[in-house]
Amino acid sequence: MRYERPNTLQAASQLLAKEKGSAYVLAGGTDLLVRLRTGFVEPDLIVDIKRVAVTRTIAKGATGWKIGAAVTGAELGENAALKKAWPGVVEAANLIGSKQVQGRCTMTGNLCNASPAADSVPALVAAGAKAVIVGPKGRRTIPVEQVPVGPGKTSLKKGEIIESLLLPARPARSGDAYLRFIPRTEMDIAVVGVGVSLTLDAKGVVKDARVALGAVAPTVLLVPEAAKAIIGTKLDARAMDALAAACSAACKPIDDKRGTKDYRIKVAGVLAKRAARIALDRAKGSK
Amino acid sequence: MSAVTVNAKINGDPVEFVCEPDETLLDVLRNRLGMTGAKEGCSTGDCGACSVTIDGRLTCSCLVLGAEVEGLNIGTIEGMANGEKLHPLQKKFLEHAALQCGVCTPGFLVAAKSLLDHNPKPTETEVRFALAGNLCRCTGYDKIVRAVMDAAAEMRRA
Repeated sequence: MRYERPNTLQAASQLLAKEKGSAYVLAGGTDLLVRLRTGFVEPDLIVDIKRVAVTRTIAKGATGWKIGAAVTGAELGENAALKKAWPGVVEAANLIGSKQVQGRCTMTGNLCNASPAADSVPALVAAGAKAVIVGPKGRRTIPVEQVPVGPGKTSLKKGEIIESLLLPARPARSGDAYLRFIPRTEMDIAVVGVGVSLTLDAKGVVKDARVALGAVAPTVLLVPEAAKAIIGTKLDARAMDALAAACSAACKPIDDKRGTKDYRIKVAGVLAKRAARIALDRAKGSK
Repeated sequence: MSAVTVNAKINGDPVEFVCEPDETLLDVLRNRLGMTGAKEGCSTGDCGACSVTIDGRLTCSCLVLGAEVEGLNIGTIEGMANGEKLHPLQKKFLEHAALQCGVCTPGFLVAAKSLLDHNPKPTETEVRFALAGNLCRCTGYDKIVRAVMDAAAEMRRA
């Protein structure tokens, strides 16, 4: 195995593209190192991207936020302005693993690991986040929900690396939230996860919303029907029930040791209501 | 495999070592540098026995490649006591008998110190959440939490 630490993403991309054997990108390494140690992967090449400054930076511009691919969960949690703009996204990222894991883990890694139960991904999808990809053919930007295509599989082509994630600037009266269900209080994998992002008009009516579900299908799901169920409402009890029904209807879960299909379908609706309530309160509290 | 030469600082001292590219920082510390305070428990980042800080941030040394720490500052349990003088956390772990077999102890101490560095007055809940990444199969955690709370109180008085 070779270890390379290039100074630019173009160089990193070339290294990955040229490699004839198996090659992996290393940022936080909290998934990759475990796979390496257990023999699940046997890389010929590991390309560490942490020397590339853009991957380590959280930048706020006129159109929104740019979060480098190697920015850690701990760094997200310490960024007060980002937390204020996108509390649900930061909370979701901060649910990943322990303090030790937070010191290293990244949202981009969580996305590229392509677990259906990834905590930050439903929050990112609900937020309308985009992934900026650098590859042998240049740059492209795609919605984050198009990155994972199945458990452990992404749409990234050989030589492609996610440089950063983009979160849009927040209009007034906006809020987001992420909730997951786990049987413990900490350090566990979601049985169901729900991300909700919404914006209210001046009268308190939901004018824009996105809802995403985790751990209920092979990939994280964006659920437009759930958003439709609450747009144009003040999130009264009827809208909440419609939201829950739309979420439950969108689930395509499996039975596994963490939960049964029926349980996941039911919990998705319950959690969606709770997450929507938090997002609503945040939207009302924001200027 | 071609070996990698790495220059870093450990507990403030410059260190140069050579390691294989797939070797973890934990293996480098234990097998190449003779610093056996960090322990190998799970090797998957779940137990926290190998906890160290990198540039002041708590992490599991089993989840870091030795090659990655070029130019970085590593903090280990070996740097916690000041010569013969124990850190208040170490003293309180002894006073409260917050250990039995001791394998998890260095990791708990490093993680607890990292918590108190950021939050000198944690609540019991905060202590429990902050130490959720450290597993102990002997004590049932209560004595550890009490020791950390007591050390925090003593450090605030100092």
